[in-house]
Amino acid sequence: MTSVQINLPLPVLPQGWAGEKDFKSVGQLSQANDRNIEPVGPHFLAHARRKRHKRTFSEDDRIQAQANVKKVEDDDAGEISEPEDPLMLQREAKDWKGQDHYAVLGISRYRWKATEDQIKRAHRKKVLKHHPDKKAAAGGTEDDQFFKCIQKATEVLSDPVKRRQFDSVDEAADVEPPSKKEAQKGNFYKLWGKVFEAEGRFSKKQPVPKLGNEKSSKPEVENFYNFWYDFDSWRTFEYLDEDVPDDNENRDQKRHVERKNQNARRKKKTEDTARLRKLVDDCLGTDERIKLFRQQEHAQKNKRRFEKEAEQKRLAEEATKAKEEQAKLTAEKEAAEKAEKAEGKKAKEAAKNAAKKNKRVVRAAVKEANYFHSGGDAPAAQIDSALNDVDLIITKIDNEELAALTSKLNGKKGAGDITAIFKDEAKRLVGAGKLKEGETKSLA
Amino acid sequence: MSAENDPAQRVAIGISFGNSYSSIAFTTGDGKAEVIANEDGDRQIPSILSYVSGEELHGGQAKSQLLRNSKNTVAYFRDFLGQEFKSIDPSPCHQSAHPVDHESSIAFKIQDTEEDKENTVTVSEVTTRHLKRLRNSASDYLGKSVNAAVITVPTNFAEAQKTALNKAAKEAGIEVLQFINEPVAAVLAYDARPDAKLADKILVVADLGGTRSDIAVVASRGGIYTFLATIHDYEVSGFVLDQVLIDHFAKEFLKKHKSAGDPRENDRSLAKLKLECEAVKKALSIGTSANFSVESLAGGVDFTSTVNRSRYDLLANKHFTAFARLVTHAVEKAQLDPLDISEIILAGGNSHTPKAASALAYAFPESTTVLAPSTSPTAINPSELSVRGAAIQASLIQEFELEDIEQSTHPMVTVTPHLSHAVGVLCISADESSGIFNPIIDAETPLPVRRTAIIATPREGGDVLIKLAEGLRHIKITKPEPKAKTEKEPSSDDDSDEDSEEEEERREKTWKVGTVLSEAALKGIKKGGKVEVQINISADLAVNAIFREVGGKGGVRGILQGGKTTQNGSA
Repeated sequence: MTSVQINLPLPVLPQGWAGEKDFKSVGQLSQANDRNIEPVGPHFLAHARRKRHKRTFSEDDRIQAQANVKKVEDDDAGEISEPEDPLMLQREAKDWKGQDHYAVLGISRYRWKATEDQIKRAHRKKVLKHHPDKKAAAGGTEDDQFFKCIQKATEVLSDPVKRRQFDSVDEAADVEPPSKKEAQKGNFYKLWGKVFEAEGRFSKKQPVPKLGNEKSSKPEVENFYNFWYDFDSWRTFEYLDEDVPDDNENRDQKRHVERKNQNARRKKKTEDTARLRKLVDDCLGTDERIKLFRQQEHAQKNKRRFEKEAEQKRLAEEATKAKEEQAKLTAEKEAAEKAEKAEGKKAKEAAKNAAKKNKRVVRAAVKEANYFHSGGDAPAAQIDSALNDVDLIITKIDNEELAALTSKLNGKKGAGDITAIFKDEAKRLVGAGKLKEGETKSLA
Repeated sequence: MSAENDPAQRVAIGISFGNSYSSIAFTTGDGKAEVIANEDGDRQIPSILSYVSGEELHGGQAKSQLLRNSKNTVAYFRDFLGQEFKSIDPSPCHQSAHPVDHESSIAFKIQDTEEDKENTVTVSEVTTRHLKRLRNSASDYLGKSVNAAVITVPTNFAEAQKTALNKAAKEAGIEVLQFINEPVAAVLAYDARPDAKLADKILVVADLGGTRSDIAVVASRGGIYTFLATIHDYEVSGFVLDQVLIDHFAKEFLKKHKSAGDPRENDRSLAKLKLECEAVKKALSIGTSANFSVESLAGGVDFTSTVNRSRYDLLANKHFTAFARLVTHAVEKAQLDPLDISEIILAGGNSHTPKAASALAYAFPESTTVLAPSTSPTAINPSELSVRGAAIQASLIQEFELEDIEQSTHPMVTVTPHLSHAVGVLCISADESSGIFNPIIDAETPLPVRRTAIIATPREGGDVLIKLAEGLRHIKITKPEPKAKTEKEPSSDDDSDEDSEEEEERREKTWKVGTVLSEAALKGIKKGGKVEVQINISADLAVNAIFREVGGKGGVRGILQGGKTTQNGSA
């Protein structure tokens, strides 16, 4: 925000004005309105940054300025700022095989990660600096050896095939695997991660899975190790070949050297595969996650076993419990039956007694009813038949009916009443089919 | 999925999704927004989808299907998104597929497959298809798969509508970085121009769209925008302007061919008439006259006619004044005076019409700049304003994590205290009645704020008094002559008396001195020296002021804490 320009002059300080340290506060601001500002535009972003990080204007200005400065440096620095080793500048172009092409171009911090564009720019910068014409103009010698080195380096690095050959043997890009002690200090993932990142450059399959960290899931970790045990490398060792002599000198010699080279390549390749295998073994051996997974698996298995056992135990317990319950039930049942039996006997006895008593009452009632004879003393025959009839009735009816009959007869004194009761009873029995019509003559 | 949410992999564009037209834009490496044309070469892509025997047509091609295949053409569906059937106004869809109620949302019954049966397609599905087409157009143009966007929405877009739009966008493969309000996008498009100066101003964004018009009063303070008032109107729109032309040409047609019948009574004729009238309207924005020509308009009769701009202006004058009135209402709603408005930004397709701009220029004082193609040669195409703003915003935030964006747009950050009165210094005289107040920080400035002012001193230098005060804006009305009562200008009958009276009076924006905040003395200013005043106001209304001579050492520092003074000292 540019500052406001006010062209009207300020008033002259009145006479006698005084304030502590030339400042005097008089009033205060009116209450502010709360409004929603629109979250849009660069200035809002600045506002949000200040508010979220609780910065004041000047703090924010300073931090932003620093951030911007750093960015510029990063952009500019890069490939040019690498110091040149004076020994490297002395190199002879004919020894190009031994030179570090990346260092020659000043991009040794990128190495195999350097893009084509970076290589091109680096080359241009180096050429501008080391061109023989420039050296001559500066009064130097006609020495163009280092310039030739630069050209050679560019030739190798800008040809994808040659660059791969060089990268294959570029030991400076290798990362030494950490020792057991180093890895144990808690930076296992950091140290080994770098190793595998560097090794991953040889992979034909891209992208290469990352080592991850202690939170990686089991499939991730398994995928990582499977990848490295199945590693498909494009690494070759042609670059280290011995020079094949010119063909017109000696054909045999040439073929011999060629064969030697082939063998050497094969041998180096096998060694490299073995080396990588050992590397992965070492890493796997000290990987805490594998141990953890194994423990978890073990725990899982144990858990399953424990569960099974517990289940069996529970089943057995249930079975015994059921058996006990069964036994208890039978015992109770038996006891109840026994008690019932005894009770039944008693009841029967009582019923018998009651029946006897009832019969007596009934017979007595017959007597009371004057053997159903109307008027005067009953003749013997009448008595006989009446008693027989009553006995017949008694035999035909069961105990309960007898009891009912008895209750009816109880208290009845009149001969007519009693006779009527007996008649009713006889009729009822006839009705029930237990007695034939006319069988009880005395009650007819 | 992780790649899509990774800010580094993001390819973000701006999308302006309107009821009638949509557009897409991206930001070039040097920070300039560029609007992308689709395969047909359209920069304003009609928000229309049409289905012809299973084939999906989009944009301009779909629009022409409104004639032949209106039943299977979906148009004007943006405002239906996330709404319930009972709360929508389906009238714009009269000539396309009609919306129907479907499971508490809205759907269209269309034949979108080769089979001869009607499918129910929900409005969110339609939106997804539309956005997918936009995304494809942008991806084809950029050569990179677009996976994120900033989308502009009207200020009255409810949360449910935003959620529905977000979902539809996600299904179309677009991660919505942020929804921004259309008026702010328009302001941003203007402020992002390389030659734009950052000034404190109050502006009005007047969007005259196809189906609705939206007015927003925005305070812009140091590049931070605050809405002071918004008005939405569904009566004043491009539709009624089309209707004016439709009626005009229908009458012309009837005059010549009485027997052919009224083209407005036949659906197909009406559709033809409507399409052509829209084209005529656009042509009239550029040229002073336009040809109208439709083959077989009604009853097999071809019809050709011309209309000139002044005729159209006259016919549609009613609607343009209504539009200008709407803008003045919005200003009133914000409790401001037309004099407070320093800029009016015209947005929306219909703002190309010169009369729309001139009607506004007439209603506002001369101090107000109307930014429209007809009034200002530097104006940005009004149809592209919001999409440009969206593209700029997209380029600003595309590197941030979504979580970061959400946190930054949280009310915790956006709700800010705003100054209720301007703060400034008294010049010429320290006396409150005779001194002239000069604002340094305007009212409605969000806090915290830091502003610097350079103030002149008396010619001979010496000791000066710097008096900080609050200022109250006052509109001074002076009536020059009593005969001002008579109406001078033969303005149209719609113009109210009030308007014409305003023309007669001299209205000025002046300041009244409010509460005096502090006094400070700077001694021994050199001859012709200047004084620099820096004011910091924090969110709790504490004022921290630094007074020093430009180029001089030391100075005076004073602090007013939260309204109460507790401490002061020398800086």
